[in-house]
Amino acid sequence: MSAFLELRGISKRFGGVRALDNVDVTVEVGEIHCLAGENGSGKSTLIKIISGVQPPEPGGHLAVLGEALHGLTPAESIRRGIQVIYQDLSLFTNLTVAENIAAGLHRGLHLVSWRAIRRTADAAIRRIGVDLDPDAFVADLPIAQRQLVAICRALAADARLVIMDEPTASLTRREVDSLLALAHELRQRGIAVMFVSHRLDEVLEIADRVTVLRNGEKVGTYEAADMTGRRLGELMTGKSFDYTARDAREVAGETVLAVRNLSRAGDYSDISFTVGAGETLGVIGRLGSGRTELALSLFGMNPPDAGEVAIRGRTLTRHDTAEAIGHGIAYVSEDRLTLGLVMQQPISSNITLAVLEDLAGRNGLVPDRRRQQAVTHWIEELGIKVSDPENAVGTLSGGNQQRVVLAKWLATEPSLLILDSPTVGVDIGAKDGIYAIVRALAAKGLAVILISDEVPEVFYHTDRILIMREGRLTGEFLPSRSSEAEVRQAVDA
Amino acid sequence: MRSTTSPGMFLGAFRRTHEFRLLIATVGLIAILSVSSRRFLTLQNGLDLLTSYAFSGMLAAGLLVVLVSGGIDISFTAIASVAQYVALVAVMHLHGGWLMLFAIGLGIGTALGMLNAVLISTLRISSIIVSIAMLNVYFGLLMFLSHGNQLFNMPDWFLNAFSWVLWTDSEQNPYVLNAQIIGLFVCFALSWLLLNRTSIGRQIYALGGNAEAAARVGYNAWRLNLVVYGYMGFIAGLASLAQAQLAQSVAPNVLVGRELNVLAAVVLGGASLTGGQGTVLGAILGVAVLACMENGLILLGVSSYWTQFFDGAVILVAVSTIAWERRRQRAAMRRVIAAPAGAAVARQG
Amino acid sequence: MSPVRRIPLVSATNRVLLVLFAGLVLLFGTVIGTPLFRLGTLRAMALQVPQLGLLSLAMMIALLSGGLDLSIIAVADFSALVSAFLLTNIPADPGGLGILLQVLCLLAGLLVAATIGAINGVIIAYLDVSPILTTLGTMTMIKGLSVGLTHGGVISGFPPLVLFLGNANLLGVPVPLVILLLVAWPVAVMLNRSPFGNLIAMIGSNIAAVRYSGVDTRWVLIRIYVLSGLLAGLAGIIMMARFNSANAAYGESFLLVTVLAAVLGGVDPSGGFGKVSGLLIALAILQLISTGFNLLGLSEFLTLTIWGVTLVSIAGLGVLRQRLPSRRRAISPGQTSSGPISPRAER
Repeated sequence: MSAFLELRGISKRFGGVRALDNVDVTVEVGEIHCLAGENGSGKSTLIKIISGVQPPEPGGHLAVLGEALHGLTPAESIRRGIQVIYQDLSLFTNLTVAENIAAGLHRGLHLVSWRAIRRTADAAIRRIGVDLDPDAFVADLPIAQRQLVAICRALAADARLVIMDEPTASLTRREVDSLLALAHELRQRGIAVMFVSHRLDEVLEIADRVTVLRNGEKVGTYEAADMTGRRLGELMTGKSFDYTARDAREVAGETVLAVRNLSRAGDYSDISFTVGAGETLGVIGRLGSGRTELALSLFGMNPPDAGEVAIRGRTLTRHDTAEAIGHGIAYVSEDRLTLGLVMQQPISSNITLAVLEDLAGRNGLVPDRRRQQAVTHWIEELGIKVSDPENAVGTLSGGNQQRVVLAKWLATEPSLLILDSPTVGVDIGAKDGIYAIVRALAAKGLAVILISDEVPEVFYHTDRILIMREGRLTGEFLPSRSSEAEVRQAVDA
Repeated sequence: MRSTTSPGMFLGAFRRTHEFRLLIATVGLIAILSVSSRRFLTLQNGLDLLTSYAFSGMLAAGLLVVLVSGGIDISFTAIASVAQYVALVAVMHLHGGWLMLFAIGLGIGTALGMLNAVLISTLRISSIIVSIAMLNVYFGLLMFLSHGNQLFNMPDWFLNAFSWVLWTDSEQNPYVLNAQIIGLFVCFALSWLLLNRTSIGRQIYALGGNAEAAARVGYNAWRLNLVVYGYMGFIAGLASLAQAQLAQSVAPNVLVGRELNVLAAVVLGGASLTGGQGTVLGAILGVAVLACMENGLILLGVSSYWTQFFDGAVILVAVSTIAWERRRQRAAMRRVIAAPAGAAVARQG
Repeated sequence: MSPVRRIPLVSATNRVLLVLFAGLVLLFGTVIGTPLFRLGTLRAMALQVPQLGLLSLAMMIALLSGGLDLSIIAVADFSALVSAFLLTNIPADPGGLGILLQVLCLLAGLLVAATIGAINGVIIAYLDVSPILTTLGTMTMIKGLSVGLTHGGVISGFPPLVLFLGNANLLGVPVPLVILLLVAWPVAVMLNRSPFGNLIAMIGSNIAAVRYSGVDTRWVLIRIYVLSGLLAGLAGIIMMARFNSANAAYGESFLLVTVLAAVLGGVDPSGGFGKVSGLLIALAILQLISTGFNLLGLSEFLTLTIWGVTLVSIAGLGVLRQRLPSRRRAISPGQTSSGPISPRAER
C-alpha cells in the first residue's frame, strides 16, 4: 500500500485558541480510515485544511501521492481527487439530481452540454448502483437519497479520497448498512474513504484504521480490528467512563405528565407513557424515529391527530405553545444554533426571552433593575461563565450556551423539562456540568424527559428508558436492571 | 420516490410549476379580453403592447438573472438614465455613430453594474442597501450634472433606425417591427442563453440556491456577482437606448421610479427573492400578465387611474399563492424528510 | 465576573454618527458661515425633518424585525387623503364640536393606516410572504386606490387645527418637530424596555428561535406592521398639514431615503439591531447635508449623491470593522451560519 494523503505537523490557531496542534495523519490508497473525536477536537478544522478551505500554520506538510502541496485551494484539492461530503451535504436543492452530480463540469465560461451533464450523472449513479432519478429535484428527495446524490457528485469528480463528515447522523440503521456496503465497494476500486464522526461504533466494523483526535492533538492511529467502541470512547475523551447506572429509586412524586395513545400521522403513533415529579425519563431513538416530533407535540408546536396529553391531571386542549408553557412545559431544542438561541443577540435577552411579559411592570415596561436581577440570578444559579451579559450569546462556548437555554426555560418555572439531545456540540467536560444541573433539577422535583440518540447519555443519566423506533415506543428499560449493551441492541434492532 | 421516467413526466412536472399556472392565467386573461374587446386580439394592439412594454420587459430579463443569483438590484433605472444620457450627449456633440452610441451606452451600463457588484462583494453590504444607495448616487449625479435638461433633436439616423414596415393593411395602417420589439426579444434570448445554456448561468442558479455549497464546489462568487450585476447594467444600457428612441427624447428623470414595477413583474413570474428560483418563461409571463391586464382594462373602458390598483391586487394575489404553494410543498416534504434541516447544522463540531 | 453592567452613555454607532455630525457642522460652518446658524435656517430644517423622520421610524420598525415596509409612503398619502376627504366634508362648526369632529377625521386617517398595516402583518405572518413582496403589493394597490379615487388630484383647504399641526410654533419650536420628538421618545422607550420592543429585535435576528421559545410570533409581526402603518399615517397627516393639501404622490422620493436614514442611523439592514437615537442623529446629518448644499447653491440632487455615498461608506465601514478579528461583540448572521463559533473559544 502507498500513502494517498500525507499530513505532517499540521497546526492551526484561531486567535488565541489552538484548534490543531502538530497532527500527523496518513491515508493509504483505498483504505477506509476513521477520524474520531469529540466535538471541538479539531476534526472539522482538519477537514477544512485538507479541502483547502483554510491554510495550516506554516511548517505543516501536506502531500498527495508523495507530491508536496503548498497553498492548497479548494479547487486544487478537488483537482487532486479529494472530495468532502459535508454533514449538511452542500447540495443545491433548487437543481436536479443530475445537475448536482455534474456540478464540477461548470468551470469557466462555456456552453452547457445537457447531454454531458446527463451522461456524467448516469455514469456516477450506475457506478454505485443505486436507484436515483436524475431528473428529480433534490428538494423533493429524502435525506438518505440526498446523501447518495452527494456521494455520486464526489465520484463524478474522480475522487480518490472521499471524506464523509458525520455521515450516519441522520440515517436509519438500514441506510447506514447500505452506506457501509458502498464504502466497501469504493475501497475495492482503490478509492479511499475517511469517515469523520464522534460516534464510530457502527463504522468500526468495516474500517481499516482509526485516528483519534482530542483537544486538537492526535492521540494515535490504531488498527480498527483491535478497537472497541468503549476503548474508542476512552481515547476520545481521555478518561475512562466511571458512570454507573442509577440505582432504582422510588420516584415518589405525583404524575406530572401523562400521555395516552398519542398519534400524529407520519410522525409517531400510539404513544403512551407517564413521567413523575423528580423522575428523569430517557427516550432513545435515532434521528427520524419521531422522538423530536413527539417532543414538539408535547410543547404545542406540532399538534397531534389523536390521543391525550395531561399535565398534573389537566388535559391539554389547544395544543399550542402558550398552553404548554402555561402548564409548565419547557422544551430545549436539539438545534441550539437555529432554534434554541438567538445567537446574535445578548445573553441577557436570551435568558429573559420566554418571560418578558412576566417581568414587565404595570406600565407594560420591563424595569432595568428587575431584568438585571433575573439575568444575574440565572447566571449565578447555573454557573454560566460570562464576561458581560450584554455580549452576544454566540460568543459563549457550547456548554455555556446550553446553560443559557436552560436558564431561559427555568425562568418560566416549569414542572416538566424536555431536553432534546442537550449535549450536542458540548465538550465532554461541559457535558458533565449539564448532567449535574439536570440531576439537581430532578432532585428539586422537576420532571425531566431526556431525549437522545446516544445510548450512554441516556443510560447513565436517567431513571427509566423508553426506546423509540419508527414512530413507536418499542421497549422500556430500567438502567439499574439492564446493561448498556441490552439497550443498544434494542435501539438498533 | 418517483424514479421512472415516463414520456408524460415533463408535462406532469411542468403542470405543477408556477409558470404553468401563470400561463393558464395569461391565456385566460387574453381569452376574456379578446371576447370583451374586439380591439384586444389584433396584430396592431399586440405590436403596440410589445413596443410600450419593451423597456420594462428588457429590464425584467436582466433583473431575473440578479434575483436568481440571490441578490437584488433596484438601481438599474438610474443606470439606464445615466447610460442613455451620456451616450446620446456624446454622440450628439462628437457626431459619433452607432459604434460610439452602443459602446458608451452599454459600456457605462455594464461598468456601473459592475461597480454595484464590487461594493456588494467587497464591503459585504446587502445588495438591496447597496442598490438603494447607488440609485441615489447615480441619479443624483446625473441630475446635478445635466441640470435636469432634456435632450431633443437627436440625430435622424438614431431616431429612425431599426424600423421595418412588415406590411400595410387595406386602410393604410402600417404594421411595424421596431427597435423596441427587437430589443425585447434580444434581451429575453440573452437571459435565456446565459441562464440555461452557459456554465456561468448554471453557476448562478447554484449560487442563488446555496451560496456556501457553491463556494465548496469551487465556484467563485465574486466573479459571478460581477457577471450578474454587470449583465444587469448591460441590459439597462440596451433598454435605455431603445427607450430613448421610442420617446424621441431623453429626460434624465423619467426612468427612475419604475424599478419596483419591474421587480413586481419578475416576482410575479415566480422568481424568488431568496435566490435560485425563476425562469425566463416566468419573467416573460409576469410582464405579459401585467401588460395584458393594464391594456385590457383600458380597452374595457376602465379609467387608467385605476391601473395601479389592479397591478397591486395582482401582485398581492400572486405572491400569496406562490408562498402558499411553497408552504404546502414544504409541509408535504416534512413527512418525507426525516431530519429537520437545521438539526444537521447543529451537529457540526 | 461582574454581572452588573455599565451601559455606555453613547453607543459606538452613535459616537461615529455624532463625530460625523460635528464634522459636518464644522465644515459647513466654516464654508457657509453665519447663514447656517440663522434662526430661519434652523426653523426650515426643523420643519423638513419631521415627515422624513416619522416615515423613517416606520421603516425602522420593519427593518428591526428583519423585514421592510415599502408601503409606508402609499399608506401615508392614503390616510392623509382619507382624513382630507373627511375634513373637507364635515359641517363647519367653529366651536368645540367642530374641533372634536376634526380630531375624529384625523383619527380616521390613522385608523385606516393601522388597518393597512394589519393587512400587511396578516399576509406576512400567516401566508409567509416575504415582507418586501407583501408591502410591494400593498404599496402598489394602496397607491392605486389613492390615484383611482382622486384621479391624481389634490384635496386642500383645511381648518385651522390642521394648519396649526403643520406650521405653528410651540415655544419657538415648530409643531411637526414637537410631534416627531413626542412620538420618537415613546417609540424608543418601547423598543428598549417593553416586551414587544425586545421581541421585535429578537425576531429580527432569528424568528424561529423566538417561536420555539413559546412566543406567538405571528401576533408580534402583525403588531409590528400595525405600528409601522400608524407611524406612516401620522407622517401623512403631518405632510398634509404642512402642504395644506393631500395628494396620492406626496413624498414618493422619500421611500428609499427612509431606508438610507435608518441604515445610516445604525439599523442593521438584516434586522435585530438599531436605536431610535441613532436614527435621529442620522436624520440630522442628512438634513444638515441637504441644507448646507442648499445654502451653498448646490443642486438638491447632489445631496442625493452625497447621501448615497455616506450610506455606502458608513455601512462599509461598519462591516469592515466587524471583520477585524479582535472585536467580536455582535456577530453578523453570516458568521453564525457558516462557521459556528468555536465551542472552545471562550475558555
